[in-house]
Amino acid sequence: MIYHWLRSHWHAFILVLKKLRHAPVANLLMAAVIGATLSLPAGLYLLADNIRQAAGDITIEPQISLFLSLNATDGAVKALDQRLKENHGIKDFNFVSKETAWQEMQRNSTVADTGLEKNPLPDAFVIHPKDTEPQAVDKLQKELSELPNVEHTLLDAEWVKRLYVLLQMSTKAVVILTSLLGFALVAIVGNTIRLQILTQREEIEVSRLIGATDRYIRRPFLHAGLLHGFAGGLMAWLFVYIALYIFNASVQDLALLYSADFLLHMLGGQASLILLGGAAGLGWLGALLAVNRSLAELKAVAKR
Amino acid sequence: MIKFDGVTKRYPGGFEALKNVSFEIAQGELAFITGHSGAGKSTLLKLAAAIERPTTGSVIIKGQNVGKIRQSGLPYVRRNFGLIFQDHKLLYDRNVYDNVALPLSIVGVTGREAGKRIRAALDKVGLLPREKAAPITLSGGEQQRLAIARAIVSRPSILLADEPTGNLDENYARDIIELFKSFHQVGVTVIIATHDARGIARQGEQILSLQHGVLA
Repeated sequence: MIYHWLRSHWHAFILVLKKLRHAPVANLLMAAVIGATLSLPAGLYLLADNIRQAAGDITIEPQISLFLSLNATDGAVKALDQRLKENHGIKDFNFVSKETAWQEMQRNSTVADTGLEKNPLPDAFVIHPKDTEPQAVDKLQKELSELPNVEHTLLDAEWVKRLYVLLQMSTKAVVILTSLLGFALVAIVGNTIRLQILTQREEIEVSRLIGATDRYIRRPFLHAGLLHGFAGGLMAWLFVYIALYIFNASVQDLALLYSADFLLHMLGGQASLILLGGAAGLGWLGALLAVNRSLAELKAVAKR
Repeated sequence: MIKFDGVTKRYPGGFEALKNVSFEIAQGELAFITGHSGAGKSTLLKLAAAIERPTTGSVIIKGQNVGKIRQSGLPYVRRNFGLIFQDHKLLYDRNVYDNVALPLSIVGVTGREAGKRIRAALDKVGLLPREKAAPITLSGGEQQRLAIARAIVSRPSILLADEPTGNLDENYARDIIELFKSFHQVGVTVIIATHDARGIARQGEQILSLQHGVLA
C-alpha cells in the first residue's frame, strides 16, 4: 500500500520534472519572482536577527536604584535589606549609604563646588534583577517602589528597553511581511498552475472519463506547486546570501574603524529550513487551491 | 452485467434524452445500439459507463447501482470500461505510445509491465510500427484504431464504442467491426452505438433501437 503510494508519487514527480525541463527559462523566471518576493521578509528577518545578536553581545544589565526617604531610620534600612534578600526576582544588590554617596560626590570636583554644606542625599540600594526582560524589570521596579520608606525608584538602561521594543516591532514587521508575501506566493503559484491546468484540460477531461480519481489528477499539479515553491525558496536564500555578501564588505570596513570584529551572519540552518519548507508548503497550497477550483469548474461543465 | 431499469435522463432545460428505458446486457454479449443522431445513443452510453447518472430509474453495473455510488467511487466503476469516443479524444501533445499509456498510468501500472501491455494493444490494432508517431499524423482509420488500443490496454471487461465506424469507408468500417468481434470472441462484453446498420451482421446479437429517447 505504502509502496504503491510512494511509487505513484514518484512517477508523478518524474513526470513533472520532465515537463518543467521543457520550459527552463520560464520556470527559472518563476523561481526568481518567488525568490525576490520571499527575499524581502527573509532579509528583514536576517537584519533583525543580526541586530539582536549584536545587542546580546552588549552586556549592560538593567539596574534599579531605590532611594529611601531622608528620614528613614537604620532599623528601616535593615528591614528593607531583609525584604530585598527575600525577593526572588533580584540577582544581587548593594547598599549605598548617604555618607558614602556624599563622600563620592565631594570627590567629584564639579559637584563639590555647588556650595552644599549639608548632605542632601538619601540612602540608596542598587539592584540588579535576575530577569532582564523589560516586562519583568518593570514589574520588579513597581513592586520595589511600593516597599515602605522607598521614596523613589529609577530604572537605568532605558535604551535597552527601547531596543527591545524596536526588535519586537521588527519581529512583527517580519510576520506581517511574511503573511502578505506568503499570500502573494500562493497567488503566483496558483495562477501558474491554473494556466498549466488550462493547457492540459483535454488530458484531465479524458482521464476523468476513463476512471482517474481526483487525487490522480491533482497529484502532478501539487508536485509542480511544491517544486515551484521550493525553487523560489532556494532563490530567496541565494538573493539574501548575495545581498549579505555585498553588505559585509562595507560592514567590515566600518567595523575596522571601530577596531571591532563584526560581520553580518547568514540565515542559520533552522531559519533556512523554515524558508525552504515554508516556500515549498505555500507553493503546494497555491497549487491545491488552483487545482480544486479547476476541478470544480470541470465538474460543473460536465454536469451541463 | 449492465441493467437499465426504467431509466429517464433529463438534462437541465428540460430536454429528455432517454425516456423510461429498460434493458439488460449479459456478460460476454455483443450488443448494438442503433438509431438516428439525436435519438439518445450517446446519452445511453454515458449512463452505461457511469459518466452520467440517471434522473430517474436505476443503472446497475456489475451489481452496483450507479445512482447510489458516491461521487468519489465513480472512477473505480469507470475502470470496468474501455471507452471509444465518437471524437476519439486523443491527446495530441504526445505520441501514440503515450496515448495508450494513459489508462495504465491511471490505475498505477507503469514501467516494464506497462510497456508490454501497451505494445500488445498496439500490435492488436496494427499500430505497433507507429508507436512513436504523433496522433495528428495518423489517418482517420488509424486514429480510430489508436482510440481502440487505448480502450483495451487496461483489459476492461466491457468495451463501449460510440460511432466507431462513423467517418470510415465501408472496408475500413468492416475491419473495425471485425476487430470488435474478435474482442467479443475472447469474452469481452462489447456495446457499439451506431447510426447505420451497414456493418452489423445479424447473428443473434442484441440490437437496441432508439427513437427519440425511447426503445423501439
